[in-house]
Amino acid sequence: MFDNLDFDVIRRSLPYLFLDGMSFTLMLTGLSALGGLIFGTLIALMRLSGYKLLGRIAGLYVDFMRSLPLVLVIFWFYFLVPYIGQWLTGASRPIRVGAFTSSLVTFIMFEAAYFSEIMRAGIQSISKGQPAAASALGLTYSQSMRYVVLPQAFRNMLPVLLTQTIVLFQDTSLVYVLSIPDFLGAASKVAQRDGRLVEMYLFAAAVYFVISCVASYGVRRLQARIAIVR
Amino acid sequence: MNYNWNWHIFFEPNPTGSGTYLDMLVSGLWLTIKTALLAWIIALIFGTVIGILRSLPSKTASWIGFAYVEFFRNMPLLVQLFLWFFVLPELLPRAAGLWLKQLPNAPFWTAAIGVGLFMSARVAVQLAAGIASLPRGQKQAATALGLTLTQGYRYVLLPMAFRIIMPPLTSEFLNTVKNTSVAITIGLIELTGQARAMQEFSFQVFEAFTAATVMYLAINIIVVTGMRFLERSLAIPGYITGK
Repeated sequence: MFDNLDFDVIRRSLPYLFLDGMSFTLMLTGLSALGGLIFGTLIALMRLSGYKLLGRIAGLYVDFMRSLPLVLVIFWFYFLVPYIGQWLTGASRPIRVGAFTSSLVTFIMFEAAYFSEIMRAGIQSISKGQPAAASALGLTYSQSMRYVVLPQAFRNMLPVLLTQTIVLFQDTSLVYVLSIPDFLGAASKVAQRDGRLVEMYLFAAAVYFVISCVASYGVRRLQARIAIVR
Repeated sequence: MNYNWNWHIFFEPNPTGSGTYLDMLVSGLWLTIKTALLAWIIALIFGTVIGILRSLPSKTASWIGFAYVEFFRNMPLLVQLFLWFFVLPELLPRAAGLWLKQLPNAPFWTAAIGVGLFMSARVAVQLAAGIASLPRGQKQAATALGLTLTQGYRYVLLPMAFRIIMPPLTSEFLNTVKNTSVAITIGLIELTGQARAMQEFSFQVFEAFTAATVMYLAINIIVVTGMRFLERSLAIPGYITGK
């Protein structure tokens, strides 16, 4: 069954797979998680702000993003980002946008919808007495959010946020549809060049599996530690 | 924005000779629905079996359930589809591999099975949580009434658990619909694929994607509304969701 397989192709392509592919994947994951968290928190604050219109807009955005498949959203932004860039910079024609920027914008906007739901749950889990005490101490709304509510919400939701980041790490593989060499894209390029689909895809699957397993084990341990403190 | 909008494009004939561009998108929509339904049936069957295994007192059973869920949850769906589509036929004995490769509609079956198994791990987790949320007395009462373990699950635990996890199952079904779009990578021309094809043929990027977006939104609204009725009629009296 494994007779005519050549696993040496993996060893030969290791530098390309990890230095180019995996570093792209990890960079995209990290920056998207950060950007998604920031935008997601802002959306959550909009939804909980008490201003009807603001809350409605944020709610629509979240529902809209969450009912679309990521692949479609990737295509949308791939074509839309050059026009957004043109509009932002006032250029006379759609600007050229690199693969990384385009996918980064996509994942930030997409993940913001998911992170915002997590942050909303986190903010709602803080007891009413906390913001009340903050305003009794004379803190303004933004101060109370910044120093009292958000740090606790973030801490309580850390395991969920990290789990979502693991999902994001797996989802970044979908940039494959734009032929971008992330980790899977790099593996697939080597696979097609050398005609070694079986070896490369098995290896890619194993790498994703090990990283996700280790990461979710870490999250479970973190969760156990946080649970004791609370 | 210097983009030439042309909303009439939907009624122009497409170059594949199968009617208008709208017909193309609608055929993609049907394929999305068909794939998602088949995948969902697979997800429910396997998810139920694994969910039950996870809830059994036996160490071996719950370990099998744990391993199954970890296996399908820790790999990107795209990679799993590649494994089923490109790798599996090569690793099987020659005759079986050839038969698999020559199967008509291979992308459709691979997508349905691949997405179905991927989702089954999530269904299993939901079901195990649903069973665990039942008061211990339910199981004990079933035993006290003389029901065997199988009967206890069949008549007492599962009917309750499924009704409790109805809301999360709704969103898992919607995830199944969305996940079928990943099968574009193994050549399944479903809704997203047709929108992409229309964009390549006609250069009307935004019209094509807008139409696909509207169709996905419509699926969502229909499913959510339908499930809300179902949830209401199946709600267990005395539980928070019930009346």
